[in-house]
Amino acid sequence: MLQGHLDIQLIAIVTAVACSLPGVFLVLRRMTLMSDAISHAILPGIVLAFFLTESLSSPLLILAAAGTGVLTVVFVELLQRTKLIKEDAAIGLTFPALFSIGVILISRFAGNVHLDIDAVLLGELAYAPLNRLKIADYDLGPASLYVMGVMLVLNLTFILLFYKELKLATFDASLAATLGFAPALIHYGLMTLVSMTTVGAFDAVGSILVVALIAGPPATAYLMTDSLTRMLILSAIIGSVNAVAGYWVAYLFDVSIAGAIATMTLLIFVLVFLVVPNRGVIAIARRHARQKWEFAQTMLVIHLLNHEGLPEAEAESEIAHLHEHLRWDPAFANQVVRYALNNQCVSQDETLLILTDRGRAIAQQALVQ
Amino acid sequence: MEIINILNHFDYTLMIVAIGAALLGAVSGSLGTYAVLRRQSLLGDAISHAALPGIAIAFLLTGSKTPLILVLGAAIAGWLGTLLIMSIVRMTRIKYDSALGIVLSTFFGFGLVLHTLIQRTGNANQAGLDTFLFGQAATMLKRDILTIGILGGIAIIITFIFWKELKLLVFDEGFAASLGFSTRALDILLTSLLVIAIVLGLQAVGAVLMSAMLVAPAVAARQWTDRLSLMMFLAACFGALAGVSGTIISSSASRIPTGPTIVLCATVIVGFSILFAANRGLLWDWTRQQRNRRGLKTAAGGLFKEPQQGGD
Amino acid sequence: MQPLETKAIEVTDLTVAYQDKPVLWDIDLDVPPGVLLSIVGPNGAGKTTLIKAILGLVRPAAGNVLIYDKPYEAQRRIVGYVPQRGTVDWDFPTNVLDVVMMGRYGALGWIRRPGKQERELAMHALEKVGLEEYRARQISQLSGGQQQRVFLARALVQDATIYLMDEPFQGVDATTERAIVTLLQELRANGKTVVVVHHDLQTVEDYFDWVMLLNIRRVASGPVAETFTPDNLRETYGGRVAFIKNQ
Repeated sequence: MLQGHLDIQLIAIVTAVACSLPGVFLVLRRMTLMSDAISHAILPGIVLAFFLTESLSSPLLILAAAGTGVLTVVFVELLQRTKLIKEDAAIGLTFPALFSIGVILISRFAGNVHLDIDAVLLGELAYAPLNRLKIADYDLGPASLYVMGVMLVLNLTFILLFYKELKLATFDASLAATLGFAPALIHYGLMTLVSMTTVGAFDAVGSILVVALIAGPPATAYLMTDSLTRMLILSAIIGSVNAVAGYWVAYLFDVSIAGAIATMTLLIFVLVFLVVPNRGVIAIARRHARQKWEFAQTMLVIHLLNHEGLPEAEAESEIAHLHEHLRWDPAFANQVVRYALNNQCVSQDETLLILTDRGRAIAQQALVQ
Repeated sequence: MEIINILNHFDYTLMIVAIGAALLGAVSGSLGTYAVLRRQSLLGDAISHAALPGIAIAFLLTGSKTPLILVLGAAIAGWLGTLLIMSIVRMTRIKYDSALGIVLSTFFGFGLVLHTLIQRTGNANQAGLDTFLFGQAATMLKRDILTIGILGGIAIIITFIFWKELKLLVFDEGFAASLGFSTRALDILLTSLLVIAIVLGLQAVGAVLMSAMLVAPAVAARQWTDRLSLMMFLAACFGALAGVSGTIISSSASRIPTGPTIVLCATVIVGFSILFAANRGLLWDWTRQQRNRRGLKTAAGGLFKEPQQGGD
Repeated sequence: MQPLETKAIEVTDLTVAYQDKPVLWDIDLDVPPGVLLSIVGPNGAGKTTLIKAILGLVRPAAGNVLIYDKPYEAQRRIVGYVPQRGTVDWDFPTNVLDVVMMGRYGALGWIRRPGKQERELAMHALEKVGLEEYRARQISQLSGGQQQRVFLARALVQDATIYLMDEPFQGVDATTERAIVTLLQELRANGKTVVVVHHDLQTVEDYFDWVMLLNIRRVASGPVAETFTPDNLRETYGGRVAFIKNQ
């Protein structure tokens, strides 16, 4: 049992990391949904390869699926190029059609064979360790651990080798082209890897939840950092945490492991979305509250500066009528004036507000920005 | 005598299923028109997947398998998913596609967790999940047709009532707002209509293939006309055609699932339209280029297409 | 020119911020009736935002906008709007006449459909911009200049007193540009007020009689002769402008 725990968690972690690395570039390149399309569209490729090899663990399956995946990408791009169909519609058309072909092939010809649609769509991580890699009767461990391990190494190698090119092609494709970096080559290389990774992950999590592994951790990391390197590392860590936490939730409540990993992905994402410093919802709300006064004070000093030395200056700087000019609530206007007085941005001359040097500097600085 | 009875019975079932599939195709085709024009084709995919936890929770709360209750749960979950996508896009720098992908897959995963929970209590079986994933067009009853007809009919009537407002919203949101129309209310209305079309369509083709039922008829229809009203009408027709032909084909041989067959029929209609549609089709485009190259027509005359007639 | 006491548009102390970033600081602007005003400033100066704020499309953090002494909501019917051409999908399945009729939707209100009267008004507006022969054409089949004229016709059928136009000269050919200028001057001759976001400094003096120089804050506004000075321009563009005044 202990070995089972360890095996499943290892497979989950390796799968999650292998998916999250190319996922970073998909998220940044706004191509997340392409992975959704690929993960569904490769079904006919798998089915055909399965008919040929009659084995679910043949490497041919992965190659055939990768081929179908790249074909899907090409097909979507061709449809778009006709200018008759927009990108989203092209994706929304292509993958259900290919998936349908796969489903019909399976139910028509493979009814008795052990190729189960549910396994393809949903995966079952609990069974993954049962399929062992054996050489001369010597048990080397779960086969899917090796499959995903190879995918992880491939993805990592690709990213390390072409880091500079990937970065450039992601942020400025046209510059990459003019520098001779062939963004198309990088693009299709990435798509091939995504396809292969998706097939590899099938066994474990199925084609719908693979999107959670590909998009979830990178999007979560994207909320936490500005650096591409850090985003890659964070994605891998978050993916692993989701995998382990999901596994234990599934174990404790006796529910689907893949489903629990996806649920953890959602929870962690929403948590980060709420609490992450600087970009989180709570941080923004708190900054808003803090900045409300700063902002109002800046508005006040700019207002005074704009009318300084002009004929209407006196009317515009009268405390009693300030709220009318700025359309503020009178009580709010009073508080802002007190705030600005405290900060010595303005001084009071009977009923008039007068800009101090400090206030003038703040106003001028705000305007220069 | 007995054989004739069976045949009659078979035809009756097939007829019911075909009518149901046609109605669903018409409803999702016409409402999908707006999704395609707003470039939200894949929102349907997200809503349909996000519906699973809603169905599971509706069942857990009520213990009932009444379709209406489950559909309500699906609609609420689909709505919440859409809301989360919109908030993520508005409040963070995460783009629409990633937000959609996350909601789609993780909501579905959560639904899967709930499903295994229900399964453990012995109240449901794998068949329930398969139904959600691939639909159960073949088991449609007269009662289902009534539900589809009434709800779908209401949705389509609403698009007629707010025809001008919805058209303006989809074409030029800023201008609509400057005229004093509440674009937020219209947006909510349009999303709600989409949710209705999707939760109804789930019965026929299931969550995985639902996006095709929204997108394909509208994309095909767009190739044949430059008028919104005609596009919507054609999309409804194409959707119905795909529904009927898919049902008949899948019933003509054993072991051909209905949902995927309907989707493939819709895809064939799209392929035909892209190739052969007058004016926009690829073949038309190609012959026009050939003609221009041969110089049979003056360049200026050939560049523009023949004017269409009338507005709507 | 009419007396300056009545103001077609009165913007006071308007501040607009997107999230935390202010895009307009404390803007004051008085537009007298019957002038042809251009709003000029560098990219990111907040020109479009100012138009949107006047139309109530963005909520200001402070300040106020009045149209003939009343808030915009009460004066909607007398304001016409021409958004930037690039903001809509021109592949939308509709034709020229239909787009122009959208200008009547505001007057029609909720649910009521356009009829014969709206069609006639739209045709009349199409004649004005010289597109009557294109009425049945799908809108993606038009050149950029023609699309811009469709948008102008749509604003014309609004039969407004004040027109707000966002970059109507962007990407149009010389013929269309002249046609639009003639149209703008005709509107002014009929006593309408026209506010135009404009990019081309070279033509400001020829096309417009008033100008507002904007860069987050208002640098200056007033009649072109007094306001469109090298000093003000330098202040607006931060000295980066290589602009030589005609003559």
